[in-house]
Amino acid sequence: MDAFALALGLVFNFETLLTIFLAAVFGLFVGAIPGLTATMATALLVPITFYMAPIPAIAAIISCTAMAITAGDLPGTLLRIPGTPASAAYVEDSYRLAQNGKAGLAIGIGVVGSVLGGLFGFLFLLFTAPMLAKAALGFSSFEYFWLAALGLSCAALISSGGLVKGALALLLGLFIAQVGMDPLTATPRFTFGNLELMGGISFIPIMIGMFAVSEVMRAGRRAMAEVPQMNLKNPFEGTLAALWKYRKNQVRGSIIGSLLGALPGVGGDLAAWITYSLAKRTSKEPEKFGKGHPEGLVEAGATNNAALSASWIPAMVFGIPGDAVTAIAVGVLVMKGLDPGPTLMTLHPQNFYAVMIVFAIANILMLPLGWVAAKSARWIFEVPRALLNAAILLFCIVGSYSINNSMFGVWVMLAAGVVAYVLEARMIAIAPIILGIVLGPLVETNFTTSMMIADGNLLGFFGRPVAAVFGVLTLLIWGVAIFQTIRRLIWRDDTHGTARQLPSQP
Amino acid sequence: MTLLKTLAGALALSVLAIAPAAAQYPDHAINLIVPWAAGGGTDATGRIIATLLEKELGQPINVINRTGGGGIVGHTEISYSPPDGYTLGVITTELSMYHWTGVSPLNYENYEPIALFNADPEAVFVRTDGPSIEDLLSEIRANPGSVKASGANLGGMAHLGWAGVLVTNEIDPAAAPWVPSEGASASLQLLASGAINVVTTTMPDARPMVDAGEVKPLIVAANERVAAAPDVPTAEEALGNKWAAYAWRGIAAPKGLPEDVKTRLSEAMAKVVESQEFKDFMAQRNFGIDYRDAAGFASFMQEADASIGQALQAVGLAK
Repeated sequence: MDAFALALGLVFNFETLLTIFLAAVFGLFVGAIPGLTATMATALLVPITFYMAPIPAIAAIISCTAMAITAGDLPGTLLRIPGTPASAAYVEDSYRLAQNGKAGLAIGIGVVGSVLGGLFGFLFLLFTAPMLAKAALGFSSFEYFWLAALGLSCAALISSGGLVKGALALLLGLFIAQVGMDPLTATPRFTFGNLELMGGISFIPIMIGMFAVSEVMRAGRRAMAEVPQMNLKNPFEGTLAALWKYRKNQVRGSIIGSLLGALPGVGGDLAAWITYSLAKRTSKEPEKFGKGHPEGLVEAGATNNAALSASWIPAMVFGIPGDAVTAIAVGVLVMKGLDPGPTLMTLHPQNFYAVMIVFAIANILMLPLGWVAAKSARWIFEVPRALLNAAILLFCIVGSYSINNSMFGVWVMLAAGVVAYVLEARMIAIAPIILGIVLGPLVETNFTTSMMIADGNLLGFFGRPVAAVFGVLTLLIWGVAIFQTIRRLIWRDDTHGTARQLPSQP
Repeated sequence: MTLLKTLAGALALSVLAIAPAAAQYPDHAINLIVPWAAGGGTDATGRIIATLLEKELGQPINVINRTGGGGIVGHTEISYSPPDGYTLGVITTELSMYHWTGVSPLNYENYEPIALFNADPEAVFVRTDGPSIEDLLSEIRANPGSVKASGANLGGMAHLGWAGVLVTNEIDPAAAPWVPSEGASASLQLLASGAINVVTTTMPDARPMVDAGEVKPLIVAANERVAAAPDVPTAEEALGNKWAAYAWRGIAAPKGLPEDVKTRLSEAMAKVVESQEFKDFMAQRNFGIDYRDAAGFASFMQEADASIGQALQAVGLAK
């Protein structure tokens, strides 16, 4: 534990703590602006870290990222613009809560749930990091394929309109993911010779358009008045009660997040979707999901931040970063002489522990900063809806332009908005479309890779122990879903179509 | 007269207003397109170049990972961007191959080379408990198709490096099939998880995994041993047949860059490559520095194009 004491010394000094605080405030601002991402916040911070000592430099990156990702839930809650692919899983619930006058509660659950999830992830990783990293390295394309397929089946569960509409929406998302070049052989698909289409359709303009623009179109027609907000003195009121009520979800979300987050490139985005669906599946009142119910919010929020800490493990232990943010962080680590790799753990364990402690501090900092953000959030609801709509549209345009610095993203965003408006008017949920876009390339790449390795033999997907377990599990879930649908169809014929909801019992 | 004076004054003013703007390239942020995923070697070197170039040019440089299609998406975007100096790109080895394998008409003539900054030989890796190079090749001879290799995209330098090892030892490249992946990180993960048997990539890309005791290098496809791993034999030393395959990286702009902008960028790159920070970074990550200026880079790519074309034809990958 000497290393741990050394690590405490490295973190608890004025310079490091001040850096953590300033970076957190910076991350809060960037993350809270719709369309600007945690990746962008981190990239902007890198040049500044060159003038810092190693630990403050990496602390700045960590606290900025953690805060930006949590703050990304703010525009989701207030304006229905999700900040990350993960937060698209539960944006419907948090936004409906805010529309019911409980923005404080929604933000409170998001923030406090994230903090608890993040702290859980910290404790969990403190003891299991090397093992977890080793386990993550045992995952090949076969296991990834089943995980991604399992993620796809969440579509049916997160869709409020039922299995068939959920599947349709998912297919639309998978189709959008097809546009561009085949990830392995570079064959152009649905590009019509257009260079912009060759690069594929980025999910951020789609996400912004489908959630925010469609809502602007609806709200604009209704010319809705302001939403009265409850509990302006203590915006977090009711948060702890909600978290206690759903403590099982909180713990389960944190554990699953910590485990899945450690899988490079897959974990972070996927974990929140899986736990949100799990929450709905095991809930006593699944019909409330997607209409402003805190249960899924608690679980997915906790997952999100637990996965965030875990996603650093493969990057630090094996130099395999899972996403753009950790890749930037690996660059900073190297620049500062803290080479990622096993030596980070063996030769300089104090540095490794220091990084983990910074995670814990950044998570705790979210409480006061999140409280201030929630308190100021009510201003949003005092702005007349017409003006607010104009502002939202402006953010949508800036956000989708900034993805590739081209107008193409803006057109995609507007088209997606119109499509989503029509679909939602027909009770087809948007979330499965986003899920399809995020998971489409993962499913495809891992399927093709696996088929090449297995010489085209489909049984190869069951040839490795872990893959076999995942495979059987996924097929069972699908089988049950199909069986229930058929049973319901037959049953509905008998009772003249009274059953329209998905049955709640598995 | 007054009118003339006013006009002349306005003209002078506008000239004054325009002249410094034109002279002071760059006056706003520059995008640096990296055609490969975040976290790989190209991304890492691209990011360090971006930060150092930022200091030289005094404008922010945004690194944009435009991945997909074995680097074709990013490379294409670099070549199609407006040649105003505000879109640059890191171009890589694969550029010499696209037109030979017929996947894209792109070649070095679509770019304005600025500077080559890195060249590294491909090395062959197996799991730490894996076979020696001799045993590996006999296994491939005995059971064609049983050994799967990966490293990057189909027809890329890693693939060519592996195919070259086979061909120079009189083995049909189809006997140890290539599994394309999104890059070295993904391939190393496949190797470590036991899904495949061989990865060819450069030393720096595999170093954390070598340090972790997960994988080990067998041979390096180079003319001489590399400083980063002096005890790893060259292909010629281990197998008696000469084979060298270098992966390279350089900075380029779209064709048609104004001469003054090109000069400004070339000078800035020369300083970047000379800087201690760059040297330290490259040494830390075991990247080989191979600097050539704009003219040198152009002739380097021309030579690489010809020799890689011959190699691709030899292994039957050229169309």
